[in-house]
Amino acid sequence: MQSRNTELMVGLFLLAGIAALVILALRISGLEVGGNDKSYTLYAHFDNTAGLTNRGKVTIAGVSVGKVKSVEFDKDTYTSKVTMLIDAGVDNLPLDTTASIVTAGLLGEKYISLIVGGDDHVLRDIDEIYDTQSSMVLEELIGKFLMNSVSSD
Amino acid sequence: MANRDPLARIRLLGRSGLHVVMAMGRSAHLLLHALTGRCGAGSGLHLLGKQLFAVGVLSLPIIIVSGLFIGMVLALQGYNILIDFGSEQAVGQMVALTLLRELGPVVTALLFAGRAGSALTAEIGNMKSTEQLSSLEMIGVDPLKYIIAPRLWAGFISMPLLAAIFNVVGIWGGAMVAIDWLGIYDGSYWGNMIASVDFHKDVVNGVIKSLFFAFVVTWIAVFQGYDCIPNSEGISRATTRTVVYASLAVLGLDFILTALMFGGL
Repeated sequence: MQSRNTELMVGLFLLAGIAALVILALRISGLEVGGNDKSYTLYAHFDNTAGLTNRGKVTIAGVSVGKVKSVEFDKDTYTSKVTMLIDAGVDNLPLDTTASIVTAGLLGEKYISLIVGGDDHVLRDIDEIYDTQSSMVLEELIGKFLMNSVSSD
Repeated sequence: MANRDPLARIRLLGRSGLHVVMAMGRSAHLLLHALTGRCGAGSGLHLLGKQLFAVGVLSLPIIIVSGLFIGMVLALQGYNILIDFGSEQAVGQMVALTLLRELGPVVTALLFAGRAGSALTAEIGNMKSTEQLSSLEMIGVDPLKYIIAPRLWAGFISMPLLAAIFNVVGIWGGAMVAIDWLGIYDGSYWGNMIASVDFHKDVVNGVIKSLFFAFVVTWIAVFQGYDCIPNSEGISRATTRTVVYASLAVLGLDFILTALMFGGL
């Protein structure tokens, strides 16, 4: 009887531990089991990507449709080259889609927001988005604002 | 006299160095011998179950209670700091990341060293001083396989599970304080948490950490018990050493693992 109780408690302990791991995986980290890891690659050149990091979100209408794979310096054009992985399900982005870097909240993380255009042709794997809008740098904005207020006086 | 004194000191240093190396050798031998080769036929699982009960199940209350309070304190402190920046919604993310990356594995390991590790050392040391280990050898049972191996495995298995339970309870305790008492919108508590916690980077790394800690703490505890001087004073000193060495090893190892996992080195 003593031994059976011990076994029961150990079984419950193991179950609780495994359940805790599953909760951590599914509820806390939002892991998708067998998730849709199919995606295609898009490139975009930005004048300024300050604050954008790998694994940053790529969104359309506020919904995440992919992630930033890499942000690197393109020495031929002196711009920043961003590689994005877009979910394979989103395969109808028009050729004249605009990519802009926006901030979540005032000081939050930077992510890429895609604004859909109206072209009949769609972007395919390893295509480039030409219409881009750089990230807003708060210091520059404040500088411009100060310059304006000085010149209007 | 002035000539002899430095030499004697160097000899003392050499002797203590030899002691350390010999102890390490003995502990490596213990680990290898206990973990390789077959366990005692059939009875292995039964012995493991008994040790899982002693090491895992009996550690549950202290793990759950500490996890709950640590989660609650984290939420309270985080709220008081974050509200200055108007970003008190991020408290869920802060609680979850702090627990998963650092406090879960580390505090579980420290509590485990105090609760289960010291008990393991004292138990094995007592067996040694009452010559139970020698009598086992006498009747042809290998004490490393029969006594040591199940305890090692029980430690390895139960610590990651205890750390996972600690994390879940802590996050739940943080949610209780943040949502119910401080009035943070529960959607932003859980939403920020899910958006910022990464499965591989945070959850898996935390589990890897607790596996390392389980290995080190259980190894130290079992070795100190097996290697102690078999009298009451020796056992008490071995138990103290277990807690001190295991805690120091956990904290030192945590820095190295953090540097390797989250960058910096």
